[in-house]
Amino acid sequence: MLEIKNLHAKVGDKEILKGVNLTIRDGETHALMGTNGAGKSTLSNVIVGNPSYEVTEGSITFNGKDLLTMNTEERAHAGIFMSFQAPIEIPGVSMTNFMRAAVNARREAQGKEPLKSTDFLKIMREKRKLVEIDQKLMNRSVNEGFSGGERKRNEIFQMAMLEPTLCILDETDSGLDVDALRIVAEGFNKLRTAQTSAIVITHYQRLLDYIRPDVVHVLIDGKIVKTGTAALAQQIEEQGFDWIKEELA
Amino acid sequence: MREEGKEVKNEFVRSVAEKKYEFGFTTEVHTEIIEKGLNEEVVRLISEKKGEPDWLLQFRLEAYRHWLTQAQPTWGHVHLPEIDYQAISYYADPTAKSKKGAQSAEEIDPELMKTFDKLGIPLEERLALSGTAVDAVMDSVSVKTTFKEKLSEKGIIFCSISEAVKNHPDLVRQYLGSVVPYRDNYFAALNSAVFSDGSFVYIPKNTRCPMELSTYFRINARNTGQFERTLIVCDEGSYVSYLEGCTAPMRDENQLHAAIVEIVVMDNAEVKYSTVQNWYPGDAEGKGGVLNLVTKRGDLRGVNSKLSWTQVETGSAITWKYPSCVLRGDNSVAEFYSVAVTNNHQEADTGTKMIHLGKNTRSTIISKGISAGKSQNSYRGLVRVGKQADNARNYSSCDSLLLGSQCGAHTFPYMDIHNNTATVEHEATTSKINEDQLFYCNQRGISTEEAVGLIVNGYAKDVLNKLPMEFAVEAQKLLSVSLEGTVG
Repeated sequence: MLEIKNLHAKVGDKEILKGVNLTIRDGETHALMGTNGAGKSTLSNVIVGNPSYEVTEGSITFNGKDLLTMNTEERAHAGIFMSFQAPIEIPGVSMTNFMRAAVNARREAQGKEPLKSTDFLKIMREKRKLVEIDQKLMNRSVNEGFSGGERKRNEIFQMAMLEPTLCILDETDSGLDVDALRIVAEGFNKLRTAQTSAIVITHYQRLLDYIRPDVVHVLIDGKIVKTGTAALAQQIEEQGFDWIKEELA
Repeated sequence: MREEGKEVKNEFVRSVAEKKYEFGFTTEVHTEIIEKGLNEEVVRLISEKKGEPDWLLQFRLEAYRHWLTQAQPTWGHVHLPEIDYQAISYYADPTAKSKKGAQSAEEIDPELMKTFDKLGIPLEERLALSGTAVDAVMDSVSVKTTFKEKLSEKGIIFCSISEAVKNHPDLVRQYLGSVVPYRDNYFAALNSAVFSDGSFVYIPKNTRCPMELSTYFRINARNTGQFERTLIVCDEGSYVSYLEGCTAPMRDENQLHAAIVEIVVMDNAEVKYSTVQNWYPGDAEGKGGVLNLVTKRGDLRGVNSKLSWTQVETGSAITWKYPSCVLRGDNSVAEFYSVAVTNNHQEADTGTKMIHLGKNTRSTIISKGISAGKSQNSYRGLVRVGKQADNARNYSSCDSLLLGSQCGAHTFPYMDIHNNTATVEHEATTSKINEDQLFYCNQRGISTEEAVGLIVNGYAKDVLNKLPMEFAVEAQKLLSVSLEGTVG
């Protein structure tokens, strides 16, 4: 599904990614762990095409397509979704209108007619129930006045609406209490199909208790330095990253 | 990837910059234009061409003589170029071929019909938007007014002001200049001296006007000024909703539009006045465009009278305009809802004045400024509460939205309160569409163009909701088009 080769990227003049290689097959969940500033968020932003990041070398293909020639919305239409670490407020734009624009933009890219209003609202209702998000949030402006937990749940709700094939969860656990974390993670699990792949970025094991990774990678200083199974995450939880750094040295 | 992103966006900006102002075409029609320049002879000539009675000529001459003693105001937060009043022609008549004036569709030059068709304003009644009567004004002359006969069955007068002077001179004489006297300001004096055409509306007592009335203003001829004059009188217990739209061809030189709109609202009467102003704003470098210098005022003379101004301003190189309300009658209610968009080098200094004179009067001001490009957008508003205006209330809310970092938004609220039972509230916010918001939309598959449209329309929706339905849809589209390519 996703193949990243020798990826180098920078923000401004600062090189953050220094040759990342990563292959994710259909249906696989990969956890990405690492110290602060190691490049985890940079990697996810580069995959979705945030224009603030510049790729200087390497390639990313997604289902055979060269992702680096596609703009942000084209990548979204191709089925890539990122759950933001800090979802932003968009005053004046109701969640309903926002979702309608997003769903119909994707349909347009697929050569489909826009959804009829009644059909759209029906889907909204179904997905809302699935991720247990309150109807009253849908009439509010995007993320405006949402609590931290509501924002994260709202990200998962949008994922439900857009039915991506590659989901990137960028520190979805940050700022969530245990209950909120469980609800968000369970929501995500309900949405997964055998074809859905995921990249889960986290500092902590606890999210991985709910979303079981097939593969765990450790990113340090812009490179994936270690890859293992779920047991690796457990080990990092207990011992931190220093032992990996020592191994490298 | 950043380079690539830039390229895509630059491409986008280019494609938008190349997108022409949709209404920028010109009409090839025989137009009778008088010699450029302004003097007493020109004022007399205009009056003569219109076959006006002497009292109106004297009104014009007094205004002209007063104008000569005045200087162009400089207090606006705009760079008004020095206007050479001798380089402008003050009268252009595109209907000159049909000597009798255009009384029926058959007599109107087909080119004029085509022009208004192209603008989406069909002048044949059978093609009209449902429930809307139109007065179509090009340059100095009203081309046609639709549904006149149907409205007159109810005693409603809807015609061009020139026609009203001929057919209803007493009404015109009674009200003309009674809300905006020619001494009001420099441009009001100029307009009063040389005004050409505009609409006249009279709604008799206890009559609810069954249709929306609208006037469509079009500047066509080169180097001419348009001096629109509109007078609306809504008598006791009556109601009317009036719409105004405007466009102009793209010209390299500035075109002057100095208008006066006067509204009189009697006891228990209500007037809704909506404007979608889309004059040519000039090109991306700030060349050309309409100078829109307008005095609009409503006099709420009666008790329980009501007036609301709703404006969506997207056009003009320079806008200088403060649709105002004098709340004279006790319990009168006035509202001002405004969305003003400026892009490229446009400058707008707009707002309102609410003058509370009667008791228990209430006014509401909702202003939304949107600035993009290198434009400057100012809200200027006055709330005055007179000594006798017990229990007057005002609520003002002025928001500014910035797109990009080279534009400016300014707020100049003035308050002048002479009665301590008054309640006056003012709120103001400034916000910015930022790259993170756009990236968030993009990641959800929404293009930048559509995202800006969503955000801007969301921001302006409190005002757009006040517009009549068909206008609201147009206004929404207009907002998106005016701002395409402004972020990135």
